[in-house]
Formats: sequence, structure tokens, C-alpha cells
Amino acid sequence: MSYETVIGLEIHVQLATETKLFCGCSTEFGAEPNTQVCPVCLGMPGVLPVLNRRAVEFALRTATALDCTINTRSVFSRKNYFYPDLPKGYQISQFTEPVAEHGHLDIETSEGTKRIGITRIHMEEDAGKLLHGEGAEEDSYSFADLNRACVPLIEIVSEPDIRSAEEAVAYMKAMRDIVVYTGVCDGNMEHGSFRCDANVSIRPVGREKFGTRAELKNINSFKFVKDAIEYEEQRQADLLDEGGTVVQETRLFDSAKGITVSMRSKEEAHDYRYFDEPDLLPLVVPGAMLEEVKATMPELPRAKRDRFVSEYSIPEYDAGVLTATRALADYYEAVVKETKEPKASSNWVMGEVLRVLKEENRDITDCPLEPKRLAELVTMVKGGKINSNMAKEVFEEIYKSGKTAAEVVEAKGMTQISDEGELVSQIDSIIAANPDEAERFRGGEVKLQGFFVGQIMKATRGQANPQIVNKLLKERLKG
Amino acid sequence: MSITGKDVEYVAGLARLALKDDEVDTYTAQLQRILSYVEKLSELNTEGVIPTAYSVSTSTPMREDIRAVSLERDEALKNAPSTARGCFKVPRIIE
Repeated sequence: MSYETVIGLEIHVQLATETKLFCGCSTEFGAEPNTQVCPVCLGMPGVLPVLNRRAVEFALRTATALDCTINTRSVFSRKNYFYPDLPKGYQISQFTEPVAEHGHLDIETSEGTKRIGITRIHMEEDAGKLLHGEGAEEDSYSFADLNRACVPLIEIVSEPDIRSAEEAVAYMKAMRDIVVYTGVCDGNMEHGSFRCDANVSIRPVGREKFGTRAELKNINSFKFVKDAIEYEEQRQADLLDEGGTVVQETRLFDSAKGITVSMRSKEEAHDYRYFDEPDLLPLVVPGAMLEEVKATMPELPRAKRDRFVSEYSIPEYDAGVLTATRALADYYEAVVKETKEPKASSNWVMGEVLRVLKEENRDITDCPLEPKRLAELVTMVKGGKINSNMAKEVFEEIYKSGKTAAEVVEAKGMTQISDEGELVSQIDSIIAANPDEAERFRGGEVKLQGFFVGQIMKATRGQANPQIVNKLLKERLKG
Repeated sequence: MSITGKDVEYVAGLARLALKDDEVDTYTAQLQRILSYVEKLSELNTEGVIPTAYSVSTSTPMREDIRAVSLERDEALKNAPSTARGCFKVPRIIE
């Protein structure tokens, strides 16, 4: 039988605050275990949580970017369960009244743009991290590091509008672009700053009623999302084809084996006994705060890409590459501002700049070549002062040394020879030195043009202007 | 609302409490009395009153995103029954 897949994603976004959601402990990744904890995030008796203002701003910013309705009043709730990474025995989350609802995100699919609904965005605290013992002595123990406990998250829940693994990946990528662009998240998936759970079910094509879903937990890479969903589609289809039924359960994706496995420990339905958090009054978003957030919203990735195409007349492909991150887009725009040459600038940034950064495993924010110095080089090439081969050499130099392109060109005596008189005498002596080739050229062997250009370049140490050389060669060789 | 022994066992399970049979009976009776007492409230006419879990009408205060001093690790782990590797040591959790 042929089936249609129905997917809803719950994305957890770690907010890029300095401190935790309800206390002043640092959120920095990678600290020694249990060095960023205090009585509040350890769940000591008698302490009270105090809400981090910036976390609220970040939640509002995300909600605005996703066209959500913002609930100016929302309520925190306790989600009760026992787990050693949860010191209080409950997680402070939002349940019946989340901070935002009813948004959407447009994604690019092979069949064009598709709108995915956002059910809700709620704020919550993260849990700690469990390390599992290895070796005979530690085999029967786990070790709780509570540095991550109480780190601020937002959970973005999508409508079940996603129909394939590809769409799920496109949705996740678009979402990551947005949270990174708006500065609410560092987007680091390896560190778990951006991760998702996927609710996956299948139904016979044409049927409206949803099938029973499996919840795939804690997926932290685009590839894993694709692999996990594709595995799950097949598993459920096989089950139904054999006359079996899909059980509603939580499954863990084993990335090493590429399969999903039932988490037996969580098989029994949870009863989280949510109730309003008595230690926190409702969150009422001040009008001024909301206005400030709306007034300072940065341009979002899609809008920026569209603007690059229309404003700079560069191909959509270029615009896509250049707007991959806000920093790269800013870099490109700074170059164009100086050169007024959008396509040439795009070629340099996408070509040489990204190549050398990749080689050195560096980020654009850490690029030693400032946009201004690159712009000068682009302008020199465009103005015919140096040819493109020289330009590549100059690029390496200015990237490494901090010198300007003009300084490098001057020091190396690289200026391009565009003076026709000078080039004519060079060309004539090359023709004189190679009478056989000249004769064959005149006889119709036009590909020898390349040979002559090469000889002239050699004689001028690459400084001859190739366009002018080509033009003059034709004239002189006509005989 | 009437409480049964089954309800008590369920709640005890959620709270990870192992109750003996006679304790289940005791708590069933006690919880029943408590709930009946609270149920008196439903006799009140609450028409037009917005439900709330909070008795004050203000909203939650917010703090600036500024770092405060955390505990020293030794201090943080001091009350733990068992520690190792700078962590709280617990029975293995298998997932």
C-alpha cells in the first residue's frame, strides 16, 4: 500500500543569554561539571526563581520573526517527573498559556514555497546532563552535571504540516537561519543549542485521519532528522503492511546504526500533573518591551535573499550563498558598497574568500581581510589595473599580510601593461622569433593564438593586459 | 469527588512511594476527607469570576541578564549522598 507521511516538529532552541532562565549562573558551554550552579538551579528548598528579561525578549523576537500572535499574558507551569538530571523534580515550562501561538514559516521545497504552521512557542528551562559510567567500577552509575539545568530554552511546536523528511530538513534549516539571524541562538547543533523531536505517523494516501504517531527524541543534526524520519516511515509502513499496528511511543534515534529504538523505560503514559507555577506570577509583557523588540527586528534571511536578487541583480544562487549567515551578508554588502560591482564582488566573496576561510577552518567573522581591502582589489581588477591571475596572487598576499592591494601591486611591480605601443613592440618581437607558428596561424591554425598569448605573458611576466594582447595579436598576425 | 484505593496507589506510584495495603486504606480515607472539605468551595457562586491560580494581581518581576556568583563546586556537591568526577553520582539510568 502507498502511504503519506505526516510530521510535526518540536524544536528546542537554547537562547543565547549570558545567564540562566531563573538565576544568575553562567550559561557558557564546556565548563567543568557543576561549576555553574547555585541554590536556585540546584533546587534547594526555600529559593525563588526570578525571570531573565533577555530570555523573554528573545522569545518575543522569535515569535515576531515567525508571525506569531504574542500573548501579552502567559503563565509558567510545573511539569512534574523524576529524573536525576532534574534537581527540583519538576521542570518550569509553559503549558496552557504559552508566550506565543499561531505563527508560520515558509520553506523552499522541490515543489515551490510551502507554508508550515507554528502551533505555539513556549519558554522553559533545560535539564542537566547525565554522563554514563564506563568500566567495571563505574558501570552501574550515572553522573549528573547540572551546569545546563535551568538554561533558557524556547520550544517551537509546528503543526503536522510536514509531509516528508526533505521538508522536515528544509523546515529545520529555515528555522535555524531565523534564530541565528535574530541573534536569539548560536545555532550550534553539536552543543545541543538547536535540536528537535519529530512526531512521525503515516496514513494510506487519500485518508484524512492521522495514523498513530511515534515521537523521535533529541535529534541534533540535519542528517539525523532525515535518516530518522526515513527509517521511521519504512518501519511503520512495514508494520501496517504485515497487518500490525503502530504503537504510540517515544523512540530514540541511534545514529550509529541508523535506526530508531523504542525507549521502553518511557512506555507507560506520562502523567506530568501540570499546574501553574506558584513561585512565579504570570508573565505580562510590557508594551514598551514589545515595541522595542519589533523596532529592532533585523532583516530575516528570506527577505535579505530576495533583496539581494532585486537590489544587486545577482543570481538567486549567489544570494542564497551570501545570505547563509548574517555576518557573511554584511561582509558582502560592505564590499559592494565600495566597489559598486555586485556580481564581481559576489564572485570574489563566494570564490576566494570562502575558499580560503574553509581551508583555514575560519568563520567570516574572523576573516583577516576586511571588506574594504578586498573591495580595493576588486576595483583594481575591474579597472584593468591588474589581470585576474595577478589578482589571485595579490589576494593571497593581502589576506595574509594586512597590506593593501595597491601596496602589494607596487611592491611586486605587478601593474598591468595596457599601453598599446609597448605591447605592440613586444608582440612584434615574439612574432619575429616564431616565424613558423606565425605562418601556420596565418594559414588558419587559429588555436595558435593561445601559444602567442602565452609567449607574450611570459615575456611581460604576466603583466600584459590579456584583452589588449588578444586584440593586438589579431591585428599584427593578419600580416 | 470520591477517592478509591486505586487513585491512592496511582498517585503513590507517581511520587515513587511504596505503600502497604493498610496504608492505602488510611490515605484513601484521609484524602477523601480533605477533598470533601475543599469541595465546600464549589458551593460558592463564582459566576463572572475569572479563574486564577494567583492571589495577587501583579505580574512576575524580571531581572537583567547579568552574571551572579555561582557556588564553589565542593559547596554545590556537599549535600549529595554520593559524588564522583565532580558530579552527583546516581544509580545508572539506562536509555
